[in-house]
Amino acid sequence: MSLSRQHEMHNRRFSRNLGLGIVLAAFVALVFGLTMVKVKTDDFTVPLSQEVN
Amino acid sequence: MSDASLNNPVLGNAAAEPYDSNFSDYFALLKPRVMALVVFTALIGLIAAPGSIHPMIGFCAILFIAVGGGASGALNMWWDADIDAVMKRTRNRPVPSGRITGQEALGFGITLTGFSVVMLALATNLVAAGLLAFTIFFYIVIYTMWLKRWTPQNIVIGGAAGAFPPMIGWAAATGTISIESLMMFSLTFMWTPPHFWALALFTQQDYDNAEVPMLTVTHGRRSTRIHILVYTLLLAALAIALAYTSVGGPIYLVGALLLNAQFVRGAIGIWRRDEEASQADRFLTERKFFKASLLYLFAHFGLIGVEALLAPFGLGGW
Repeated sequence: MSLSRQHEMHNRRFSRNLGLGIVLAAFVALVFGLTMVKVKTDDFTVPLSQEVN
Repeated sequence: MSDASLNNPVLGNAAAEPYDSNFSDYFALLKPRVMALVVFTALIGLIAAPGSIHPMIGFCAILFIAVGGGASGALNMWWDADIDAVMKRTRNRPVPSGRITGQEALGFGITLTGFSVVMLALATNLVAAGLLAFTIFFYIVIYTMWLKRWTPQNIVIGGAAGAFPPMIGWAAATGTISIESLMMFSLTFMWTPPHFWALALFTQQDYDNAEVPMLTVTHGRRSTRIHILVYTLLLAALAIALAYTSVGGPIYLVGALLLNAQFVRGAIGIWRRDEEASQADRFLTERKFFKASLLYLFAHFGLIGVEALLAPFGLGGW
């Protein structure tokens, strides 16, 4: 018996996984962009403990 | 989730049908239409605030406020699934329709709550993040779990939760709370009762069935009509007073005068009608007032936004 036929449930599951993948990729890009903006602002300072190291 | 979910009996009568929720079901948990109002008012709070904010930080602030608003929606749907199931307006929501389980909605809401508050704190400041956390707490614990099923003043006090976004936007830009942000809060706060009471007048049976103590159920429809008029008059005074703060100006004042004249006229129309007249035209006046109330709020915040955008050119404000 073949199980190759795509059940409608699998389409829904694919849509959910694809959506989650896009959201996670967008989140990574967002955090990267936010970090770049934060470190380039004038009031950004490296914490003292890291300067010592 | 495995293919065992092919036999998942989540759907009640449709138990024989396989179901596995898709992405849009989770998106629906966030109450996208409410989220649109949250995004819009928070954005206006942000751009009306004095000083400047980097566009990327501003974008992140609005996004995390929107996610926080969505988290509230998911938690609300988890707790209110029993009410939603008996109301025509809400029975197709993901939890009562069985597309998502209550536990999934709970987990989703809690995760997004933590995520949005922490990310807003990192992107902006602790005042904005604290306000967002308080808003979610207020909406879920104070309104949804406590007041909604207990007092006919549920809408009045619960309206505060929907009124916080412009304050959070303002705090994201300035790190403070001011008279202007408090007045923008008050505008939505005072607008909420007449908006929902008008809805309750023409969806009475829904609230009766759900045993939610709306004013129409506990104090009667005549009393509700009086309440709508009184709150609308108070709202009009507040909306016009906002014109004389630093976020207002002549453009806002003219717009507010016109909008409030029309809104008060609508409230008087509701107040003057009796049930016989309302049922004869299937609540036409009440429906018109409800629709106008949506435009009313968007237009007021839009006018504040116009004043803020024109200010750099020396045109906005007083």
